[in-house]
Amino acid sequence: MSLLNRPATASVLYDAPGPKTRARYRLFGALSLIGVAGLLWYVVTALSDNGQFDADLWDAFQYTYVQQMILDGLVSTLKAFGLAAAFSLTLGALLAAGQLSDHKPVRWLCVGIVQFFRAMPLLILIVGLYYAFFAKDPMWALVLGLTLYNGSVQAEIIRSGVNAVPRGQGEAAYGLGMRKTQVMTSILVPQAVRSMLPSMIGQLVVTLKDTSLGYIITYNELLFMGKKIASQPLNAAGFPYIPVVLVIGPIYIALCLLLTALARWIEARGRRGANRRTSAAA
Amino acid sequence: MGFLFEDDNFALFRDGFLQTIELSALSALLALLLGTLLAAFRVSPVPVLRAFGTTWVTLFRNTPLTLLFFAVTFGLPPLGVHFSHLVFAVLALGGYTASFVCEVIRSGINTVPLGQAEAARSLGMTFGQTLTLVILPQATRTVLAPMSSVFIALPRNSAIAGAFSVGELYSAQQTFSERGYSIFAIFFWVACAYLLISATVATLFRFLENRLAVAR
Repeated sequence: MSLLNRPATASVLYDAPGPKTRARYRLFGALSLIGVAGLLWYVVTALSDNGQFDADLWDAFQYTYVQQMILDGLVSTLKAFGLAAAFSLTLGALLAAGQLSDHKPVRWLCVGIVQFFRAMPLLILIVGLYYAFFAKDPMWALVLGLTLYNGSVQAEIIRSGVNAVPRGQGEAAYGLGMRKTQVMTSILVPQAVRSMLPSMIGQLVVTLKDTSLGYIITYNELLFMGKKIASQPLNAAGFPYIPVVLVIGPIYIALCLLLTALARWIEARGRRGANRRTSAAA
Repeated sequence: MGFLFEDDNFALFRDGFLQTIELSALSALLALLLGTLLAAFRVSPVPVLRAFGTTWVTLFRNTPLTLLFFAVTFGLPPLGVHFSHLVFAVLALGGYTASFVCEVIRSGINTVPLGQAEAARSLGMTFGQTLTLVILPQATRTVLAPMSSVFIALPRNSAIAGAFSVGELYSAQQTFSERGYSIFAIFFWVACAYLLISATVATLFRFLENRLAVAR
């Protein structure tokens, strides 16, 4: 290793540690390990002392119909997510096109819509839609609410992506005699989507998490099913609220991590492609 | 639209509005303190603390806020933890937002060029001096913009607390709906209240950004 190479441990905050510092870090490490282990132990004993790990309380999950309920809830969640994702991407593209329009009324209208729905609490929107139009069918209130909010956010992402494409790209395309539509669809948008895909998928993670708002308008998604399971005691052991949280939480976390992993993979692919392009141009 | 000024509706609306602000402010305070602590863990040279910070952030960022409210409201009382609904809501909302605050602070610290800290250290500055005189002043400026979007999102997220027995704007909306007023009129006033809060937070952050801006 040459002297100019920074050791991997160098960070903005700390110098590369010497022998004394390394010993001190090890001491801190041991102490904090004890602290974290103590915290975990405290939580686990608090739960088990309270009888939360008793087999009786977890019995519910052995019944086929309870497993079926969780599965149904998962399917409903994914259905709402799929619909909201497809619609919000479509709406986002439309609103972004409107925001970038040359016609002032169209632009103002779209900017207004985007700003309004981004500033509204999603829950208020969904519940408003539920009471006003979809009292019979909460799923569409949820999907429409998610679409309006996330579509506005996606529109902002797409718009800033298009604006972030180097100006020369658009100017060169105009110089070649392309129309505005051609410049957009064949020059600017393909480049913008490539750089914005990670943020767009990040917003899809938010969409997935927000489907749990369906719980409040009694749409039978995963969390609502969990509440149903937890609030009907099967035996004398009581209401299995904590077991339900411990089962449903990891499902949500796993789904979100899967989407995040997809975003990271696409980002890595995109970077590889961008490098190839610059090296070919040189 | 005029229903707000009939009977005692305005009192209900005002109480809900104030409760939303109280809940948001308390959660923001908790999120800021906890988030800073977690960020300190995540950039510390001790691997155990880094792992703890990373695990916390991964868990809380990927859990729906509704599930957190659910866990806190229904999970803690059986364990013998009895607080008011407001405190439960502050715990859920603050813990959730803390993970976002932590990420913002951490990425802010990471944007400070390594050379700045190295220069400070080679001038003989101590760790405390490097941190408070060189790194944090630079990190604060990059952190402000993403931090403002976290804290604009916070009052919006606080609406979920209304579904878990906190008497804020959302539950005021519910009460008005039950009293049979037009849903559109209710929506209009509640929307105005939230837009007012968002606009205030945004203005506050813009003021801070202007105050801290430096000519480069």
